[in-house]
Amino acid sequence: MVSASSGDRYLAGTVRRSAKILVVGPFGVGKTTLIGSVSEISPLQTEETMTVASMGIDDLAGLEEKSTTTVAMDFGRITLNQQVVLYLFGTPGQRRFWDLWEGLADGAIGALVIVDTRRLEGSFEVLDQLELRKDGLPFAVAVNVFPQERSYSTAELREALDLLPETPIVHCDARDPKSSVDALIALTSYALATEKGFA
Amino acid sequence: MNEYDSYHDRPVRPYVVTGGRARPSRNTIRPETLLVVADAERPLPVSASSEERALLRMCHRLLSLVEAAVHLGLPVSVVSVVASDLIDSGFLAARRMNVEGSQFGAGQEETPGRARPDRKFLQEVLDGLRKLR
Repeated sequence: MVSASSGDRYLAGTVRRSAKILVVGPFGVGKTTLIGSVSEISPLQTEETMTVASMGIDDLAGLEEKSTTTVAMDFGRITLNQQVVLYLFGTPGQRRFWDLWEGLADGAIGALVIVDTRRLEGSFEVLDQLELRKDGLPFAVAVNVFPQERSYSTAELREALDLLPETPIVHCDARDPKSSVDALIALTSYALATEKGFA
Repeated sequence: MNEYDSYHDRPVRPYVVTGGRARPSRNTIRPETLLVVADAERPLPVSASSEERALLRMCHRLLSLVEAAVHLGLPVSVVSVVASDLIDSGFLAARRMNVEGSQFGAGQEETPGRARPDRKFLQEVLDGLRKLR
């Protein structure tokens, strides 16, 4: 992929619009790897302080407490042509980070959900969240293929993840730029197909 | 001089004061918003905050808000407030496509809310991604 030198911090002056895709999933699933494999800049990390509901025994007692936590967010950048730049934002998918999404999902093309077949259950929360969103943020599932891993068919995984029939699901090697781009293409094609009403 | 005159004579303009606000003045500013200096010849008032100066300096060429924030070592939420103020006061421009190719600056506003990219833009992104393969 395009590997820009550290001097290429700035965008070309001809760029007139930015697009955004969220890359979501549990920790360690390969979000940063995927972003890094396609980004023209070294993936950058921003830390945001946010208020979260504390988890655990307090919830059972009905005494929900709020605390602040720091959320690290990775992002990368791809200049698609002289006029358009695409940003990829990696965000954790757990329920306690959903507030963070509210600002991020606005204006996004959609969300690419990275799934690790060894820990499918780690992706249930994020898929629930996406299916329940009122604004219908388009999403696609990319199954990150880890080495020495039993491979499952997309049909098996679709059933295991209880995906809607129309939700795209692709296999992907997050370390491979072409494979990662294919996953982004699957999501963007789907977003385009679901975007009705605007010519 | 009455108290109103003294108020108007204050060197600290309202947009300089960002303290205490958690949200930017415009709701269309996002991490991927593209920022660039609106008028390189126009200096900030002496009363401008160090964050305003740093952001304006960082954006002497085109850069997204989130990148500017990381390079400045500031949270995105803080830079959103500062950038918003600088756009309102005409020092910074948020570049976003419109048909005429002009960019959004002070007094202009793109459609707020849960905006989704339109079909034409999605197609442009798709074409760009396919060329990367």
